[in-house]
Amino acid sequence: MTDTSADAGGAAPLEPGEPFSSLPGAGGPVLIVATPQLVDRARWRLLLSRPTFLVGAAIILFWVVCAIFGKSFAPYNPLAQNLLANNAGPSGAHWFGTDQLGRDVLSRVIVGARVILIVTPLATILGTVLGTALGLVMGYFGGATDLIVGRLIEAVLALPFVIIAFLFVVAVGSSTGALIVIIGFVFTPLIARTVRAAVLSERHLDYLSSARLLGESSARIMFGEILPNIMPTILVEFTVRLGYAVFAVATLSFLGFGVQPPTPDWGSDIAANYSGLLAGYWWQVLFPALAIASLVTAVNLITDSIEQVLNA
Amino acid sequence: MSKLSAEMAGGTPETGSDSPALVVSHMDVTYKVRDQDRLALRDVSFSIARGESYGLVGESGSGKSTAALALVRYLPRNGRVSGGTILINGQDPLAMGNAELRQLRARTVSMVYQEPGRALNPSIRVGRQIAEVFELAGQSSREATQSAQDMLGRVQISDPARVMRRYPFELSGGMAQRVVIAMALAVSPSLLILDEPTTALDATVEAEVLDLVAALRQEFDTSVLFISHNLAVIAKMCDRVGVLYAGELLEQGPARQVFDDPRHPYTVGLLRCIPRRGQRKDRDRLDTIPGFLPSPGHTLTGCVFAPRCALAQDRCRSESPPFFDVGDLRTARCFYSDQAPELPRATPSSAPALATDGPGAPIVSVEKLSKTFPGGVQALAGVDLTVLRGETLGLVGESGSGKTTLARVLLGLTAPDPGSVVTLEDKPLNPQARHRPREILRALQIVFQNPDSALNRRHSVRSLISRPLTRLAGLSGAALRDRLAELIASVRLEDRHLALRPGQLSGGLKQRVAIARAFGARPDVVVCDEPTSALDVSVQAAILNLLADLQQQEHATYLFISHDLGLVRYLSDRIVVLYLGRVMEVGPAETVFTGPHHPYTEALFSAVPSLDGQRPDRIRLHGDIPSAADPPGGCVFHTRCPRRLSTGVCESTEPPLLEEEPGHLIRCHIPITELRQLQLNEPAPSQGGSA
Repeated sequence: MTDTSADAGGAAPLEPGEPFSSLPGAGGPVLIVATPQLVDRARWRLLLSRPTFLVGAAIILFWVVCAIFGKSFAPYNPLAQNLLANNAGPSGAHWFGTDQLGRDVLSRVIVGARVILIVTPLATILGTVLGTALGLVMGYFGGATDLIVGRLIEAVLALPFVIIAFLFVVAVGSSTGALIVIIGFVFTPLIARTVRAAVLSERHLDYLSSARLLGESSARIMFGEILPNIMPTILVEFTVRLGYAVFAVATLSFLGFGVQPPTPDWGSDIAANYSGLLAGYWWQVLFPALAIASLVTAVNLITDSIEQVLNA
Repeated sequence: MSKLSAEMAGGTPETGSDSPALVVSHMDVTYKVRDQDRLALRDVSFSIARGESYGLVGESGSGKSTAALALVRYLPRNGRVSGGTILINGQDPLAMGNAELRQLRARTVSMVYQEPGRALNPSIRVGRQIAEVFELAGQSSREATQSAQDMLGRVQISDPARVMRRYPFELSGGMAQRVVIAMALAVSPSLLILDEPTTALDATVEAEVLDLVAALRQEFDTSVLFISHNLAVIAKMCDRVGVLYAGELLEQGPARQVFDDPRHPYTVGLLRCIPRRGQRKDRDRLDTIPGFLPSPGHTLTGCVFAPRCALAQDRCRSESPPFFDVGDLRTARCFYSDQAPELPRATPSSAPALATDGPGAPIVSVEKLSKTFPGGVQALAGVDLTVLRGETLGLVGESGSGKTTLARVLLGLTAPDPGSVVTLEDKPLNPQARHRPREILRALQIVFQNPDSALNRRHSVRSLISRPLTRLAGLSGAALRDRLAELIASVRLEDRHLALRPGQLSGGLKQRVAIARAFGARPDVVVCDEPTSALDVSVQAAILNLLADLQQQEHATYLFISHDLGLVRYLSDRIVVLYLGRVMEVGPAETVFTGPHHPYTEALFSAVPSLDGQRPDRIRLHGDIPSAADPPGGCVFHTRCPRRLSTGVCESTEPPLLEEEPGHLIRCHIPITELRQLQLNEPAPSQGGSA
């Protein structure tokens, strides 16, 4: 019984003769990779120590506060028109100026965060959930399933995004809910392809054979065995798509597929005022556009940090 | 260090006037990890005389590859030589500028690594890659091409012109390693460093490459630093050997003496972990080394091996032992080296009493089992086989022989060709595991080769081990808890391991989890597919003991797949030899090992280097296994068979698998009486050329 501890150490979990990765010097980082807990304490600490993550998180937090409490601290009522003071440039009273109807641009930017901050994450979650399920099915079953679903996905991807959105809005009318469904639906095949590739890299591993020898169902193997292992990939994909979703929401709002005026919204405000650019009323477009840009940048900063921490 | 200089003088310098090929004295190597210095090698001193072959042997984490990289300053960016000196041919690489260092690597020292595939550029033809080496040495393009072709001839490649035009991925592993060796020797280096050069190769190919290295060493008069975890390979290839442990050299001396009469407790323990000829699972348990390797960057005072050493006294823990002269030009870093041979065993030698019932009725049998993969690759061709209840059936053969496919077919993970029959207790089995009832799934389980792949890295040890208990044994509640506790005790895990994930365990512990999973639902037959090939020698011994104990407790039947014939011999009751998906020989283990045996079996056995050094090298196979998509006609082995008959019958007719002795079947045209004569008397003629 004394042999119990013959190998009880975590000292050298690698095969003899392996090159670099098994060098003692590389032992530290290798051990981190070897404990693939998605949200372990070491990873959090690493994430929180990255300035890019902190900047991104601060910007997003700012917009979240605006979306929730914006109405209470916005300097004016974003819907209040003042036709006597319309098209006024930035000033002490109106920091971001006023629009064609004399509404305060700053207040509309603050309150306008709400729609985009609701639609973007919900649409991305919808797309990620559907895409993950589809990708798991394609990757796990392979063969004819993969072939047929794969061709269908290519067919959907071949249609321009705006055409799909237009068809959908014609069918069900425009609303916040419609925006979520459209964007979620368009993201589904993209995410499915990424997930499928991740599943394929797991498929040759023996733990799947091992699960089959326990008589596990396909659903359990896909969601209980494979899914936890590809979560890092899905997480990164989710944050990447989140950035695109900000753009997508703004684009659709600009085209008038989203919330309707007079509700403040960055995309539709740009649409409503961009004719004013020719007359030199640049503030009516610039500030909502900057708001969109700041949100996209913030999401991408966070994406980069998460990706780097997961790959560290 | 007067002892060191005594050693140098004691080598076999062929050009006495020159400086030794390599002198390393008091070398420390440090890696910087997260702003902390970790000592990977400490106070390592050795020297290699001209023309000498020196072996560095050690388990993973011992620092042997680090040593090789440090010599030519190939350490990764976070590593550096932090103390001591290195002299290669009298030159100090540590003091060199970039240009000089390039010259040193180009002309004086060459390295060959484990994976030949990774040493060659996959997008450049082989000829060009070798010629490049000559061009760097100053030859013109035409001369270099000619030199490259000559060089391929010298590494015994039979058709150099053809191989020159190949891309590396078109070469087999053995062939690619020859090409790498050709490149390494192209500049006639004075020091050749071989880092696990044959670890990735099959036994017969390994034997051939080792022979080649030995021959070339004579021809080129090169000094060799040979690094390996395999003690037998070192014993065969090296004049002198150094045993490395946790970054320190513990024992040094002429290879034969060190392995026959080790003087350091670590060397003694390591050698006892390896099953030797004549040892059997039912008679002798393997010894193990208790404890574990100190973590990298440890700061132990005293002897590095003291925490695991049964001879350690207080002095060993407080005072670092210097090298003691233990005679015959040997040194050992141990205060009590005279007691080392009597190191108390860590594991009692007597095996648990053998169950008396012995092998029983057939439990699994396969008939006319064939498996053809898309592309016409015939992995199995008409295999008939019976596994008896309670026995260990050893399955041996080179890679591509169909061992693993056979196991996967039994388990239902790979569907065989129509017409194949697989039965369990006379009941035919569904070819697909997912259509098999729970009772059948319970009866057949497997321990995979690589626990990293076999264990879901996102599940805890508790859920990994419990799952078979709930799924297949139908346990829950208290019964589940009891069985779980019993199971982890029998594989010698501890409660604290249950909450961990596989990534937090060492290789040996992971394999114990995999074994617990396989045994959870009390299977009748367990396939062990190379269960220890990813583990270190000292860990392997503990796992083999565990498998032997579990077989006793559970009365399980094993199908034991391994390329390591020593292990197969230690564990198996009967042996099946596969070649190109066909059974070449079946018989009781001792009969198959002692012979007379099939010429292929004979070749496999003589290919394996032995620590005992008793067995003369008798026959060698040349070339690689033919493609399973296009197997040779007649006897599939005839293309490589050193005992092929001159009558032409081997080329034209496939011999039947005949029962030559009771229970001993051989597929060969040569009658057993004649095989016995041949194998007793003369070594087979060496078949010329290679593939």
